[in-house]
Amino acid sequence: MPRCDYACRTADHSVTRRGFLGAAGATAALGPLGFAAPGAGAELAKAQKRVLVLFLSGGVSQLETWDPKPNTDTGGPFKAIPTSVPGTHICELLPHTAKQAHRLAIVRSLNSVSPDHGIGQRIMMTGRPPEAGIEYPELGAVAARLLASGAPGLPGHLQILPKGGSGFGTKADAAFLGPKYASVSLGDGKPPADLLRPKDLSPESDAAREEFRRKLNDRFAKSRKSAATDAYTESFDQAERVVRQGEVFDVEREDPKVADRYGRHDLGRHLLLARRLLEAGVTYVKVSHSNYDTHHENFDFHIEQLGEFDRPFAALLDDLADRGMLDSTLVVVMSEMGRTPKINDRYGRDHWSKAWSVALAGAGIKGGAVVGKTTANGTAVADREVYSGHLFHTYLAAVGLDPTKNFYPNERPVPIADPKAAAIREILA
Amino acid sequence: MSTPDPAAARLERELKHARPLIGCRFDPSGRFLFASAEDDTVQRFDLVTGAKTALVGHASWVRGMAFAGAPAVGSGEVEAWERRRASLHAVAGFAGATLAAPKPAPFTLVSADYHGKLIWWQGDADAPKPLRTVEAHKGWARAVAVSPDGKTVASCGNDNAVRLWKADDGSAVRTLEGHAGHVYNLAFHPDGTRLASCDLKGVVKDWDLKTGKADRDLDAKLLWKYDTGFMADIGGARAMAFSADGSRLACAGITNVSNAFAGVGNPAAVVFDWADGKAKVLKPKEAFQGTAWGFAFHPAGFALAAGGGNGGRVWFWKDDVTSMHVLTVPANARDLALSADGGRFAVAGSNGTAYVYTFTSAPPGSPPPAPPKK
Repeated sequence: MPRCDYACRTADHSVTRRGFLGAAGATAALGPLGFAAPGAGAELAKAQKRVLVLFLSGGVSQLETWDPKPNTDTGGPFKAIPTSVPGTHICELLPHTAKQAHRLAIVRSLNSVSPDHGIGQRIMMTGRPPEAGIEYPELGAVAARLLASGAPGLPGHLQILPKGGSGFGTKADAAFLGPKYASVSLGDGKPPADLLRPKDLSPESDAAREEFRRKLNDRFAKSRKSAATDAYTESFDQAERVVRQGEVFDVEREDPKVADRYGRHDLGRHLLLARRLLEAGVTYVKVSHSNYDTHHENFDFHIEQLGEFDRPFAALLDDLADRGMLDSTLVVVMSEMGRTPKINDRYGRDHWSKAWSVALAGAGIKGGAVVGKTTANGTAVADREVYSGHLFHTYLAAVGLDPTKNFYPNERPVPIADPKAAAIREILA
Repeated sequence: MSTPDPAAARLERELKHARPLIGCRFDPSGRFLFASAEDDTVQRFDLVTGAKTALVGHASWVRGMAFAGAPAVGSGEVEAWERRRASLHAVAGFAGATLAAPKPAPFTLVSADYHGKLIWWQGDADAPKPLRTVEAHKGWARAVAVSPDGKTVASCGNDNAVRLWKADDGSAVRTLEGHAGHVYNLAFHPDGTRLASCDLKGVVKDWDLKTGKADRDLDAKLLWKYDTGFMADIGGARAMAFSADGSRLACAGITNVSNAFAGVGNPAAVVFDWADGKAKVLKPKEAFQGTAWGFAFHPAGFALAAGGGNGGRVWFWKDDVTSMHVLTVPANARDLALSADGGRFAVAGSNGTAYVYTFTSAPPGSPPPAPPKK
């Protein structure tokens, strides 16, 4: 076993403190030589693949998006509209998206098991139900770990949040993959407040200061190196790399006409930023749109939220295609759950995981495909039930990875994707 | 009829439908209650015969309903027929139930749906069919009203527009543009020269129908909130009504919202003095969480509103801004209708039942109300 260089003298951790503790007993003392089967990243040496997740927070209604049931007891007031794929209809709230249907694959038979926000999100992002004793890395960390980066200077795992602060590498979403692959958050699409060097600090002084910090850090690490100090060091390293490419985060550099196409609102700006980041070579970007947790007046709120989503999403697909990036960028539209077919007495829809939909596009995806079916009023899966494990396999297969391989934390094989599931071949190109 | 006492209001009938109701309106005579439902139908309940008739033609939910082409003839017809029937029961037993119902006065119903369509119906016909369909709005048509002279239909919706139509042929007259958001409701002033409309953000516009211009905005913004937690707007006038003399305009909805997506807020009605635009806010006396979905000025001088959240209520106000009486409704109340003579009111229940209330006491020995027929 290679020598541990941490102060605790156990094996090489490369995990966050929380991830380490969460995995104690099962994956403590992680193995040293990488987490994937040898050569996994090399599979993508020919072309960099990227992943973009649009996460509709709170649980978007499948009936108001991908699986409308007009004129049924659950259908609500909206109509289904034709799309660019003959025979495929989606909700009228997505008229621009409907013109992109030939680029989309829709999965209408998802049973994600848990109608709980937190658990549902973990299930959808890790492709597994929660297990005692181990935390699995989210899709972003897996993609950042396994896909070749096109932007060595930028983090591989970025998430654009609707609001809140921005920060580097403090999330537990990488689990045993370690802080290097943890998400960097951009609250409201803004880079960390101290991204740019203050005007009163000269480049020379800044460099001297950083050099001094690095010396102190190295000296400390010689005797007290730990997962926590690694996370700290990685955060600084990420920040330094990002600072050098700060202009990538500045959507104001875009042609105003392009910004108009995306829409002059937060989500439009965030999706435009996502495109810039992907274009710059970032491996994985997740954009969250808030909020769809519509227990009350579901229909009014979906008009407003999907009214924001529809146009910039379609513009983004067009842009990725126009730039030749769509073939190498997997795009996924998901939530942590769907919403009840039954309309409650406040015109709301409640939490629901038993039969809902996601949409995919881009790299490795068969555009125009629709897989799975729900019953006439959407209350159950009628055909080809899948769960998040199938989707996780599909995401990885779509970008050319083998989801049946393993990570090797603590020299113990941990399947990259849930071995009880398999990729949904019908939607793979 | 003696002056109605809100405290004397009692449940008279329960008119049942299989699907949740959305809106309700009495026809000008008060004989029929029209109730729209989540199955895209409008159900017509005949309060004289108990007959229930489905108006089928919409492909989406209907919330706006208004009547054209017939003057209000008063709802004495219902009571008179029931008195005659009761007399026959007394002398001829229940064979008296065969007493032929009077022929209803002709009138036109205009209904508005969430696909943006208006449909004209012969409301008194045995089996009403769509007479005319107008593609009125892009997106939802949220409300419809008919001018006091019965010649003009006004509609509003999610295309931010108020549109005027000729009642007799459905042709477009004028579009009133100026709202910056979805227009939730509208009402004609009783003098027929002006129209008020209210949008999502509580901006009330006072339109001059001769010029098509909004001469002023009134502020009902306390009925709107942008929920920064969920990053979405909630608001709008769920009901609008002028008092019969035109001196007051009410906009009802939800205020004090702390959680838009759970409907945590309180019902409220902003009542403007139409002359000077000053507002007062009517609120329930009780602590109640929900939305006011219907409002009416009673001819006797008091006001009433219906709403729902965790159960349904009807509140009454006289001289104070705090309600003086409340009725509990067995389901969330999604709309309120007041008959033209003020003798009855009804609420549309989220459980599929329309609850009809009366201010009159039940005559001793009167037979139970005729059950609705399917």
